[in-house]
Amino acid sequence: MTFHVELDEPRCVASGQCAVVAPDVFDQRDDDGVAVILDESPADDLLDDVREAVAICPAAALRLVEG
Amino acid sequence: MTDTVLTDAAHPMPHITGYPAARDARCPFNPPAEVRTKTSERPVTKVQIWDGSTPWLVTRYADQHALLTDPRLSIDETLPGFPHMTRGRSETAKHTPPLITNTDAPEHTRLRRMVNMPFSVKRVEALRRSIQKIVDDLIDTMLAGNGPVDLVKALGLPVPTLVISELLGVPYDDHEFFQRNSNVTVSHTATEEEVAAASGALAGYLGELIDRKMAEPEDDVLSELAAKVTAGEMARMEAVIMGVAILIAGHETSANMISLGTLVLLQNPDQLDALRGAESPKAVAAAVEELLRYLTIVHTGVRRIALEDIAIGGEVIKAGDGVILDLSAANWDPEEFAEPDRLDLTRSARHHHAFGYGAHQCLGQTLARVELQVVYSTLYRRIPTLRLAVPPDEIEFAFEGVAYGLRSLPVTW
Repeated sequence: MTFHVELDEPRCVASGQCAVVAPDVFDQRDDDGVAVILDESPADDLLDDVREAVAICPAAALRLVEG
Repeated sequence: MTDTVLTDAAHPMPHITGYPAARDARCPFNPPAEVRTKTSERPVTKVQIWDGSTPWLVTRYADQHALLTDPRLSIDETLPGFPHMTRGRSETAKHTPPLITNTDAPEHTRLRRMVNMPFSVKRVEALRRSIQKIVDDLIDTMLAGNGPVDLVKALGLPVPTLVISELLGVPYDDHEFFQRNSNVTVSHTATEEEVAAASGALAGYLGELIDRKMAEPEDDVLSELAAKVTAGEMARMEAVIMGVAILIAGHETSANMISLGTLVLLQNPDQLDALRGAESPKAVAAAVEELLRYLTIVHTGVRRIALEDIAIGGEVIKAGDGVILDLSAANWDPEEFAEPDRLDLTRSARHHHAFGYGAHQCLGQTLARVELQVVYSTLYRRIPTLRLAVPPDEIEFAFEGVAYGLRSLPVTW
């Protein structure tokens, strides 16, 4: 089963929390801090961190979807 | 119809209580009992605030999590019915320009992305070594003298000010001026005139510094703000307001977490021992999250107003109703955090609401976390015999502000 990370960019408030809890999957753009997805289909061992990033995103801008 | 009647009979409209409620002096870390009762019995209910109005109080974690990302709730404090914190806040709200603290998306998103740059994760991580040096130097000064000292003055207040000085790019020679004036702005004993004078002095100083950095830029935030002014992206006054806001917003809250965290750890020696022995940065980070959850210093609720009817927690919040979300209640909601009154530094608490939640969550949270990680992983190791210098019941709390804290924390070693 594979998972796919989605970012609803207009919602992102650049808090950077995803880049703190899942630094292998998320980064922040240099000029305004908006989230950048580094790895759209993260490996299984990263999924717990990604789920936490999705859960704590203050703008509810992240989703982890199957497939 | 039958359902409605039954529901009403089962849940008669309770007596509307005043908000915020006072904490019990015997357990000052606990949210007030009457607020905690609401979480279990009536999680969305009306309360009465200072102006006699009766906004909704939302106390359950899950309800807050849903509402704080719901676009039907607004932070526009100029709307009639907005549940202001105080009379003063309701007056200033009429004249406040659009800021990240009073606008909704999409205006808010634009403003926040503009001011976010100093607090990006990479930028804050790059400061970690400087923060460690600031903390080590302050502890050296403590150890060079004799106890007792007031930890609020010796460490709590100077750490955030010195860190912000570093971030903004305030020259070292001006640190004393900077620290003295910023302490006045958060003082509980200064008069309104003294606070206004200190804020004015800081704004004047930062304005001159921005002018200097326009001519001779360095690698710091004021230089970046100066560059935005030069490029016409920002007015000089906006840059100055931004500088003062960065300084003041993160000052008292971090100071309070440093002194309150130390007090609660000294009262939970097994947890303090565990933290002192923690080897991994992850364990220290987890401890910081639990202390943030347990203490939730922003204790008077975040405020919003409904733009449309919202059904939640068995009630319907009507368009135009005020809504108060009590963050400490959510962080002590047993449905989300089992045995919330137990301080457990190994708990998984990262999703707490201590910094709020939603688009308006604390801008400086990453910086605050790193400051606290450095302080909590350094102070108790370098001074393992740290202890209170007065009996616990003589320690005075300050509950009157938006964030609660300690007036002083006398410690010795």
